Amino acid sequence: MEPASRSNIMSDHNHQLSLREFPYIIRWRDDRCKRCGRCTAVCPVKAIVPSVKVRRFVSSEGPVPTPTTVRITTQIVEQVTDIERYCTGCGSCTLVCPNEAIEPELNPQNKFLHYKNKGGDAYKRGGRRNDPSMSTLDRLKFTRISMLTDPALDAGRHEFRIRSLLGRILPPEEMPIIVRNGTLELDKKSSRFIPPVREIFPIMIGSMSIGALSPPMWEGLAMGVAYLNEVEGLPVVMASGEGGMPPRLLRSKYLKYFIIQIASGYFGWDEIIHALPEMVEDPAAIEIKYGQGAKPGDGGLLMAQKVLKLIAKIRGVPQFIDLASPPTHQTKYSIEEAVAKMIQSMSMAWGFRVPVYPKISGTKTAKAVLNNLARNPYAAALSIDGEDGGTGAAYNVSMDKMGHPIASNIRECYLDLVKQGKQNELPLIAAGGIGKKGNLAANTAALIMLGASAVAIGKYIMQAAADCFGDEYNRCNLCNTGKCPRGITTQDPKLYRRLDADKVAERVVEVFRSADVELRKIFAPMGRSTELPIGMSDGLSIDDKAMAERLGISYAC
Amino acid sequence: MCRLAAITSKDYISPMEPILALETMKEGHDGSGLGLTLKDLGGAFEKLKKYPVMSGICSKAGKKALDEFMKKEGFTLKYEWKPKIKQVKGIIPRDCYFARAYDYPAAYRNKPLHEKEDLLMNTRLALRRIGEPDESIFVFSFYPDVLTLKEVGDPLQLAEFFGLEDNGLKARIILAQGRQNTNYAIYMYACHPFFIQGFCSMTNGENTAFVPIREFLSSRGFPGYMGYNSDSEVFTHILHYTVRQLHLPLPYYKDIITPLKAAEIGQRSDRDALRLMKQSLRSLCIDGPNVIIGFTPDGTCFMVHDSKKLRPGIVGGVKGKYALMSEECGVDSALPKRDRNKDIFPMKYDMITVSPHAQEVKVWNQLHGQI
Repeated sequence: MEPASRSNIMSDHNHQLSLREFPYIIRWRDDRCKRCGRCTAVCPVKAIVPSVKVRRFVSSEGPVPTPTTVRITTQIVEQVTDIERYCTGCGSCTLVCPNEAIEPELNPQNKFLHYKNKGGDAYKRGGRRNDPSMSTLDRLKFTRISMLTDPALDAGRHEFRIRSLLGRILPPEEMPIIVRNGTLELDKKSSRFIPPVREIFPIMIGSMSIGALSPPMWEGLAMGVAYLNEVEGLPVVMASGEGGMPPRLLRSKYLKYFIIQIASGYFGWDEIIHALPEMVEDPAAIEIKYGQGAKPGDGGLLMAQKVLKLIAKIRGVPQFIDLASPPTHQTKYSIEEAVAKMIQSMSMAWGFRVPVYPKISGTKTAKAVLNNLARNPYAAALSIDGEDGGTGAAYNVSMDKMGHPIASNIRECYLDLVKQGKQNELPLIAAGGIGKKGNLAANTAALIMLGASAVAIGKYIMQAAADCFGDEYNRCNLCNTGKCPRGITTQDPKLYRRLDADKVAERVVEVFRSADVELRKIFAPMGRSTELPIGMSDGLSIDDKAMAERLGISYAC
Repeated sequence: MCRLAAITSKDYISPMEPILALETMKEGHDGSGLGLTLKDLGGAFEKLKKYPVMSGICSKAGKKALDEFMKKEGFTLKYEWKPKIKQVKGIIPRDCYFARAYDYPAAYRNKPLHEKEDLLMNTRLALRRIGEPDESIFVFSFYPDVLTLKEVGDPLQLAEFFGLEDNGLKARIILAQGRQNTNYAIYMYACHPFFIQGFCSMTNGENTAFVPIREFLSSRGFPGYMGYNSDSEVFTHILHYTVRQLHLPLPYYKDIITPLKAAEIGQRSDRDALRLMKQSLRSLCIDGPNVIIGFTPDGTCFMVHDSKKLRPGIVGGVKGKYALMSEECGVDSALPKRDRNKDIFPMKYDMITVSPHAQEVKVWNQLHGQI
């Protein structure tokens, strides 16, 4: 007889998690599996392993039941119950399985967040807020339809100009123009500074750094953007994110399609400053990042496992160290002084030829920031990133619980500008959750009608152009680990070779072309085509009275 | 569709001429109102050109309040014109329709026109605030040598109602609008033509960009940019803002409401200024469908369209008398003997201007920035 031991006494499985606590449970079909091993090899978190089990097998042959029992040894695919190797639901296993024998299934009753803090390490992840509910943006409807009293425009045949302006715009009363013989001229004697303004497509690709993204992903986006500009005539711009730019791109003619971001870690800026004398084009703009919707009050975070040779070189840092940017710029003392100085310095670096604007996370204090910028004639715009914004790495609590929804934040800022008569002077850029449910053009149009001049997208383009697995149910969201199964947010060549930069570029072009068509299909029936309908709030309704009141739009049900 | 009929002439004409043109253009059930703005007045007002004329409607109580207010402000009544109302079936007469010429308060008599204009506008707005809650006072215009008449009903019947055929009312420029509103309940302050400090315009069609334009104008800090009971009132205010406030020549009105594309601007000699203007005045861009007919304080009349020319418009006539109308049959009614070959049908880039006393018609082409 086996002697009683401590381990046997404790064999009631306490302190051991059951699969029911896990967010995704692997459904594996024994009858279909041919034991090829692809699923276990591809799983980015090793949540499934090949295993050997002994099973009791009962069989009977002949006309009379004569059950016989045998014990057989069989190979299976088994899900582990280690919380550090939880199944993320990414579905890579399903993708590679030749026989449709395996798939992860969402377990809505999971208690994942109760346990995902081993060693006191708070849960960090990438992706964006896990909130599958209908966002305000998706509840907005376009209800002012041109009918018999005025004809709807023809989205296919009429001329449309779906363009926006990025840059500080002079109030009409201050335009340095004179009339000579009935014709206007620029007043050359005027000392009035004419700020640089860019005409852009109203959807831009928001800041995602080279480092957060893999080389083929960033390259694919950049190629797509260049193609859209050069071939399709769509002036789409893309922001670099914090982490610099590829040195050759800095010195190329394509730089004009990029917004260079400077954030609190100043990563990549040594390279950028050194490239300045060799730049043949000015960048589209400079974005000073003060905040990010996905993790308000937190700085950028690039985990050590993603800081490989290329990234270390571009950023000017050693390899394999965590790159945690501070929550704010070290030099920031006050918005009246330090922020103004930073805008001034950046403007000066490019001879005041480049718009410079700050980006903040959505917050109740956005109006205070806005009012300060409105008083600063060099501030080119204000970008507000709402709570549904994405990130490569952040604490789960920051992503899920911190931040402000973009719709009411943009609206109150716009209406504040209207009160001051400056609604056309300081463009507002909205970000965070645009295209969350795939409605890119509709969400964009809604934000424009609430008062945004342009929107920025990040997660959407990763999903649409590179098939990112992430969703609102915490699927995948491994961006922070460097183990992105799609090769989008990894610096591991074994993973990113799965991603074809040309295909990403192709998809970027497709996405923007179709968004252009869809925007026309929204604006045409509303009788708008010549200028972007910024602030055309009479075109919008929502099916909730409180929301309608908050946004200053009509209620429709 | 709203019917628009404007006539500009070197001789004084009767308001019946544009009203009959409206009648020719009438279609279906669109006879819902009449708005008339007369400039360069003849008849009894010919000798009162330097005095501001207040035009409006009031109740008995409103008249008392108006008299008290004007007295308090120091205006002296010089002359009052009232139409001889004839009962016409379907038209409910109001207590008092009036056009009164006032002398300025003593302190303003020698002030520059600019200051006088502000006084007149602020007086009009003050009366609007007094009379609007109980609808006891409606003041449509208060400006020298300009008279406005508005009422709900069929234009031809209204002409009979006001006795316009034989009451001696005449002017050199008359704007008439023939369908006040069939979309919503009719409100007198929503009726065309709209007037502000010497600038007047009337429009047909919807203004799909109304809200952003209204918000932009309302936030200019100019007290006259208010009201907006009609989405078309902004066209008049943009005109005023362009010419009076920004001191831009009239053709730039077209550049503001229907700006050119970037590549097109590149062809203009004034491209640098134009680019700046397009950015700074982006909020005033309209999308139509509209034709706008109006006049400026110097007596220039104009016609301009939305950028796709979604509404018709025609200018025709002879030297000394031109008609600017929304339909050709209206011009036929007003000027049957003109040379039709010289009729102008402005296209999307055109702005037609007719000089004071109808001496010269010019077609300004936006693409080339010249006549």
